[in-house]
Amino acid sequence: MRRVLAFTAVAVLVLAGCSSGTSTTGGSPTPSSSPSAAATAASCAKSATFTKSGVLTVGTDNPAFPPYFAGGETKAHKTWKFNDPFTGKGFEDAVAYEVAKRMGFTPDQVTWVVAPFAQTYKPGSKNYDFAIEQIDYSAKRARAVDFSDSYYDKARAVVARKGTPITKAKSIADLKPFKLATQIGTTDYDFIVNVIQPSKEPGAYNSLSDAVAAINAHQVDGLVVDLPTALYMADPFVQEVKNSTVVGQFPPLPGDPHFGMTFQKGSSLVACVDLALREMKADATLQSITTEWLSEKTNVGTVPVFATS
Amino acid sequence: MTELEPTSRRSRLVGDLFRREGAKGVAVALLSTAVVLFAIGWLVVHSKNWPAVKDSFFNAQEFRDSFPDIAQKFVRNIEYFLIGEVFILSLALFLAVLRSLPGPVFFPLRALAITYVDLFRGIPTILVIYILGFGVPSLGLRGVPVSATFWGLVGLVLSYSAYVSEVYRAGIESVHPSQVGSARSLGLTRLQALRFVIVPQAVRRVIPPLLNDFVALQKDTALVAFVVAVPEAFKEAQIIQNADFNFTPLVAAALLFLLITVPLTRLVDWLSARERGRRQGGAVL
Repeated sequence: MRRVLAFTAVAVLVLAGCSSGTSTTGGSPTPSSSPSAAATAASCAKSATFTKSGVLTVGTDNPAFPPYFAGGETKAHKTWKFNDPFTGKGFEDAVAYEVAKRMGFTPDQVTWVVAPFAQTYKPGSKNYDFAIEQIDYSAKRARAVDFSDSYYDKARAVVARKGTPITKAKSIADLKPFKLATQIGTTDYDFIVNVIQPSKEPGAYNSLSDAVAAINAHQVDGLVVDLPTALYMADPFVQEVKNSTVVGQFPPLPGDPHFGMTFQKGSSLVACVDLALREMKADATLQSITTEWLSEKTNVGTVPVFATS
Repeated sequence: MTELEPTSRRSRLVGDLFRREGAKGVAVALLSTAVVLFAIGWLVVHSKNWPAVKDSFFNAQEFRDSFPDIAQKFVRNIEYFLIGEVFILSLALFLAVLRSLPGPVFFPLRALAITYVDLFRGIPTILVIYILGFGVPSLGLRGVPVSATFWGLVGLVLSYSAYVSEVYRAGIESVHPSQVGSARSLGLTRLQALRFVIVPQAVRRVIPPLLNDFVALQKDTALVAFVVAVPEAFKEAQIIQNADFNFTPLVAAALLFLLITVPLTRLVDWLSARERGRRQGGAVL
């Protein structure tokens, strides 16, 4: 009986997740995760338990990549290579500090720990309150960790080297004959296999850096990644993929994932973060953070959308 | 006398025990094994986080879902292993012979072989694979393959042939110097002595340790996963692991490797025992 109840609860959460995932404005009420109608993120956080009391401990991977983390290296926190999350700069960094603010923390009361991706879903206790590192929500994954509501409804895009045949692709079907690749740990590999259905077996790399190395070594024709990452990699001032361009982005499709923060299973903080996100969606703060970091600070220009047929 | 009997057909593990300890000894050994295993099992199952660990690492449904996919990709590991082994065995023998060449004339070749072995034995295999797999294709040389699988395998061959050449060398050095003396007195040149007298004996002697490296190579084909685009067993397991947030696929991949490596290991044991038996059989007691 308990199992049946648990299953229903998961199903409700899944439905809630889906609805917020498909609506672009967000703000859809999720009754299952709000303790009372009048509660705010701040009041909720008062009764929640934290890894370290009085501090919000947030986990992300090291190095953390732009545009999600964009603070650069600092002398104050030398363990963080490439981007120091204590700066609050970058999309996820800004979202985390805004969530912290809504829960009643000052920026000084936010601390960061390194949380490699696979560590975020291993069983056992976590050394952070939540992790924020572009983790796609899926119902299966929600068995291992608790997810917050969406803070970004993910769009995917293809990055390729300029002048190669794949750059002429105008539709999803045009991508079929090419050697595509992505990094493991996202839902993008499944997306390539099931939606694009390429004729060449797609590649999967352990990290984004490896996938970039592979396309730079001409071993693959195109990388399928989330749009912000694509915009960063092909940025004329970055050119992580040498001489590259964003071929196109995929139109919103049913079953598109969204990014959620992840928590240790059963964390009392999920409801508070969801409340904070809802407040941020209601007063458009989330939208302005998104625009600031994911649109305004990119230099790629408009990216065409692939036709579905 | 019984001490020197060649191995019986019974399993060596139990067979030896039976011969030394008798039926009672075997019973005690089995009982104490059962008690130890039970104690370890009890401790694991009653640890605080066991239900979560069980769901995460030993999930039956996840295992059933992932095993067929991983098994399908495991064919690639066997391919890497078989192709790699052919090149490793020949390259390693070549290196060992180079290193055993006599006389001052061959010093540069010996030095070259020593440098090679030092270099590739000194670098972790995974680094060799990484550097070759992404590095060489990036050079963009004409006519040079860009396939990461190709360069990953080359890395595996380079690294392993350094180890295996040392096994060969040990074999070559274990052949008694009187053998060279006899060969030379029969009118064979130094090179002929190496070719017809030393190397054949050396190779036969080192077959068990060679097979040992065989087993290790079979496992290490998983290292190629770090550079190849197309998934083999380990990469496929990682893909499913990261997609589902569940570690069970890794356990499934581990089982597949065991299916090959355990029988191989037993074969090595059996061959070593036979080799020992032969040598003792030929010796005057």
